[in-house]
Amino acid sequence: MASAIPSSPVDRAPEHTQSTERGPAPGGPPAAGSSTEPRKARRSKHRNNRVAYAFLAPWFIGIFGFTLIPMGYSLYLSLTKFDLLTSPKWIGLANYKALWQDPQFLKSVTVTLEYVLFSVPLKLALALVVAVALNKGLGALGFYRSVFYLPSLLGTSVAVSVMWRQIFSQQGLFNQFLSWFGIRGADWIGDPRFALWTLILLSAWQFGTPMLIFLAGLKQLPRDLYEAAALDGAGRFRTFFQITLPLLSPMVFFNLVLETINAFQAFTPAYVVSGGSGGPINSTLFYTLYLYQKGFGSLQMGYASAMAWVLFLVIGVFTAIYFAMSRRFVTYAN
Amino acid sequence: MALLPQSGQQRTWNHWRLHTILLTAVIVMIYPLIWMVGASFKPENQIFTTLNPLPLHFTLRGYTSGWTSTGTSFTVYLANSATVAIGAVLGNLIACSLAAYAFARLDFAFRKLWFALMLGTLMLPFQATLIPQYTIFFKLNWVNTFLPLVVPQFLATDAFFIFLMVQFIRGIPRELDEAAAIDGAGHLRTFVSVILPLLRPALITTAVLTFIWTFNDFLRQLVYLSNNTRYTVPLGLNAFIDRASGSSYGDMLAMSVVSLVPTMAVFLLAQKRLVDGVANSGIKG
Repeated sequence: MASAIPSSPVDRAPEHTQSTERGPAPGGPPAAGSSTEPRKARRSKHRNNRVAYAFLAPWFIGIFGFTLIPMGYSLYLSLTKFDLLTSPKWIGLANYKALWQDPQFLKSVTVTLEYVLFSVPLKLALALVVAVALNKGLGALGFYRSVFYLPSLLGTSVAVSVMWRQIFSQQGLFNQFLSWFGIRGADWIGDPRFALWTLILLSAWQFGTPMLIFLAGLKQLPRDLYEAAALDGAGRFRTFFQITLPLLSPMVFFNLVLETINAFQAFTPAYVVSGGSGGPINSTLFYTLYLYQKGFGSLQMGYASAMAWVLFLVIGVFTAIYFAMSRRFVTYAN
Repeated sequence: MALLPQSGQQRTWNHWRLHTILLTAVIVMIYPLIWMVGASFKPENQIFTTLNPLPLHFTLRGYTSGWTSTGTSFTVYLANSATVAIGAVLGNLIACSLAAYAFARLDFAFRKLWFALMLGTLMLPFQATLIPQYTIFFKLNWVNTFLPLVVPQFLATDAFFIFLMVQFIRGIPRELDEAAAIDGAGHLRTFVSVILPLLRPALITTAVLTFIWTFNDFLRQLVYLSNNTRYTVPLGLNAFIDRASGSSYGDMLAMSVVSLVPTMAVFLLAQKRLVDGVANSGIKG
């Protein structure tokens, strides 16, 4: 799993580190300080074992007690029928088989994939456009950064989901706005054709985080390339697609991985907007919402564990695909 | 990015145009929030009649009646949320900084393996451990207490913050540690009196983000807290939706505004640090 870490912008030098490396290649080992380690420390082998393990004691309890062992337990539970109150009953792969015959499960997979496929590119496109605009060296940058970031910060709260529900309800803000132009809006939340799109829009509205990351990346692009391009008479679009975008590709990649994982795990908006039901004809039955309903609504813990493992594998596969793609599309400067 | 040397006049003109576009975008983005705040001061029958966010007939009714209308006072929800959030902040500060010091500064057996494992958990969807963790806490009889929401933080389960701090500590010159060692300081002493003070910016980012994320977290609180008097703010707010029967929109919006106040306050206090921190480290919203 460690190889699945995208090269994070952290690696590419916050102001306080004077790192000369431009972030490790994706999939490469996350340089554990090995290069910067003074030779002195290497002379005696692991002389700090006891101290280090003392410092790491809480982490060890956490990683084993609350992460690794529970994951193993969850794999076991996924092979059982378990209602929390009586002890788990072994049923082999029956839960996994049942998943593929459960129309609601299949619906939740479709809904989630649709959500990921549309919300992530939309969000990243907005983030990129605004970041490029903010990078033009105009004043009030701090103001814009903060205001555009604000929805990202508040976005996962129940309050914002409540607000969204009001905006896109039949008599809501959005329809009033449309009525200025003589358009009679639909019941966006109540109509299965549109319900998911209101949530995609809610996600796109929160483009602030990837925007900040793009902005940090844009600041590091070498100026001389742009001067050369200008001398060659390259237009604005050519410059963007042939210089900016390739140079920014590590950031695009990082944001893509991060936002995809986040989108797969979305829960609050779907729960709040649909009142926990999954919306009209299950049109907003997100994967995690269905998992919640199964696990904590009807206490089918074994079934829900199987779902959790499928999600885990799917996210793993997506990440692997991204990394395979990144070898072709991500370019690193230097 | 100025492609060609532009005349000062042209540049000013371009900037004005860009400012206009950006300000329009700002208004579109922020309008819903402003509308919500305004609507929370409107009488019930005027909430949906106009797009004008300013309340023509100012009233506090939404706040006074909303504060208690779920049967439990909103004060209780706020206090519960504060308990959980502060507990989580303390846990992350202590446990993550300890682990980060070990990973960044100490040499020990299997360090690379453990570090890789720590990074691996960054990508782990937390649903993968939701059900087994719940079973554990259920067996410990901790369900319906705040412990499942706080104890994991004291065990450094938020790997993201360890990573953030490791990166930061690597930027602190080793000479400082070595000087302390020459003065006879042990690792605990070095950690407390050399590293921790210098780590302050990363600690503040951690505290702010942990506070906001915990305050906004919904799923875990929904799963673990089932008693009305233990409800946190998101759960209290959710209780409104269950009973919102068309007549209490004012209450619901007013309490939504209240629930955003702590997050907004922290945001305003830590604005610059937070925005820079996100830009430099890349984190989810």
